[in-house]
Amino acid sequence: MIKAESLTKVFNRSLVAVDHITFSVRDGEVFGFLGPNGAGKTTTINMLITVLKPTEGTASVLGFDVVKQANEVRKVIGVVPQEYTADEDLTGYENILLCADLYGIPRETAKKRALELLELVELTDFKDKRVETYSGGMRRRLELACGLINRPKVLFLDEPTLGLDVQTRAATWEYIRRLKKEYGMTIFMTTHYLEEADALCDRIAIIDHGKIVVTGTPSELKDSLGGDIITIAIKENADVTGIIQSVENVKEVRRENGAYRVKAVKGEVTAPLIIEALRRKGYTVTRLSLTEPTLNEVYLEYTGKALRDTEESSRAEFMAQRLHLWRARRK
Amino acid sequence: MSDAKAVNECQPSFARGLWALTRRELKKWLNDPVMLVMFVLQPLIWMGLLGKSMNIGGLLSAENIKLPPQIPIPGNAVLSPPDLPGVVLDGTALSQMFAEMGSKIMEDTFGVADYFSFMAVGMVSMIVITTTMFSGMSIVWDRRLGFLDKVISTPVSRAAIIFSKILNATFRAMFQATVILALAYLLGLKLSSTFTPLNLLGVYAAIFLLGVGLSSVFIAFSIRSTRMERPMQFISLITMPLMFASNTFFPTKLMPDWMQAVATVNPLTYLTDAIRHLTILPMDTAALIRDFTYLGLFAAVLATIGIVLAWKYLTR
Repeated sequence: MIKAESLTKVFNRSLVAVDHITFSVRDGEVFGFLGPNGAGKTTTINMLITVLKPTEGTASVLGFDVVKQANEVRKVIGVVPQEYTADEDLTGYENILLCADLYGIPRETAKKRALELLELVELTDFKDKRVETYSGGMRRRLELACGLINRPKVLFLDEPTLGLDVQTRAATWEYIRRLKKEYGMTIFMTTHYLEEADALCDRIAIIDHGKIVVTGTPSELKDSLGGDIITIAIKENADVTGIIQSVENVKEVRRENGAYRVKAVKGEVTAPLIIEALRRKGYTVTRLSLTEPTLNEVYLEYTGKALRDTEESSRAEFMAQRLHLWRARRK
Repeated sequence: MSDAKAVNECQPSFARGLWALTRRELKKWLNDPVMLVMFVLQPLIWMGLLGKSMNIGGLLSAENIKLPPQIPIPGNAVLSPPDLPGVVLDGTALSQMFAEMGSKIMEDTFGVADYFSFMAVGMVSMIVITTTMFSGMSIVWDRRLGFLDKVISTPVSRAAIIFSKILNATFRAMFQATVILALAYLLGLKLSSTFTPLNLLGVYAAIFLLGVGLSSVFIAFSIRSTRMERPMQFISLITMPLMFASNTFFPTKLMPDWMQAVATVNPLTYLTDAIRHLTILPMDTAALIRDFTYLGLFAAVLATIGIVLAWKYLTR
């Protein structure tokens, strides 16, 4: 559905926003770009939706090149931007019809569909109110409705829940799930919320400093960390590291504060096996807990806390130098 | 959703996109009557205060040149022959003569008997320049609000995006020019005997051409920027000089050569001249042909440049 080949965008000849990224999005999947602010997520979306021209590399949507066949791309995509772009002076209904006009959808079809979409995003009661009076969540829903007016094959969502409260966010997730399920739409979204990527995306690419650091399904990514953490304690005062180690799927065992911290693939399957192995040797398990690694840990692993830390310290150094210079000059 | 039809169903047409985008702008404009008044207020103040106080017609009138009924001139003031007695001039007749000279001067300089009519017409160019500037540069706002990016991501014709801005700016200028001309008429603008309501079509055509030309300039000027302040300051800086170096306030023939040169290329000169010949001055076909040719060329050349630039830079 979407293919990008060493896609690159350089602003003002020096700022590399997106740095030779290559990825592909399959038919019908929800693909998420996860990364901190300024990682290059929006720049990537803007190249895919033909708003920005790539400096280098190529990208295509449904086989149409985003530069050479930009107009074909525009016809089959829907875009829900990060900002509230609906016109405040128009009503919600008028805004959707304006979008329909831009796509050249026949008037009668457009009117019918606009009402359907307003129904979908639960704005029917407010359709004749000016957007000025809408709340943030309502505006976001209106943007979604506008992005769907041409029945896109691929929908681009840029930070769909940015700045929304918890309830509205949950509702937005629900819409996205419905779009995927009911219409089989391919969705490309960016987010910097881990839970969101985890909850919605079939596959995720973690992007940092304009580069994709890793791609995979949320569970693949979590597994790549080496599996779940099983914490076990036994009644007897003995070293059972060897026994636990011998169980299938166990990767690493460490003794910590009288308990064992076990790293294992598929923890929910491995944990009973460990209990069984210990019991066979006559030990009694008194306590067990299983924690799955969250995307949070994946994120930290790949975008690197250490990386950010050095950045911070070099900045602090820089400020210190400037202060020093400034003081020197005053003398 | 039936996907089979989806691709074929989008038939973006230039006209539909243009109409949709222009209508949006006009709706926004009508929703903001305060701005509407503001744009008319500035030329109204100029017209009402400067136009009325600079009463050059009154300056040269018989009422202003009041001479005593009899003006004795002693004999020694007359050079030859040396021994003639002094003469007494008829002051009333003399002031009558001065007044006649005055109206002749007015006629030759301004073409009309009152300065107000002359300068009030010039206010149309002020309207056109400020209105096209603001609405042309609203593209910067559209960019900042993300609206422009959204429009670019739809298959609407790129030309429609640019033309909607041009058209909107031009419509606004035409509407506000109508308001200011109507106000001028109420304040005492004197129409010439050759004026017919049909001439208004000519007035609108002239405003349309200048509006298209100027708004293209402003759009080209702001297409790349994400900030409005600097270009706007620059433009408000050149607005006044542009008006002074044209026939807006004063005829160009009394200006120094360099200023006349500026006035000759200044499109405001041609707009004002055209409107004057269509309203307060007797119809002058030769002058109108010259004015419309210049305005037409101005619009065509600048709109082309503006559109080419905009096309190039709409997608960054």
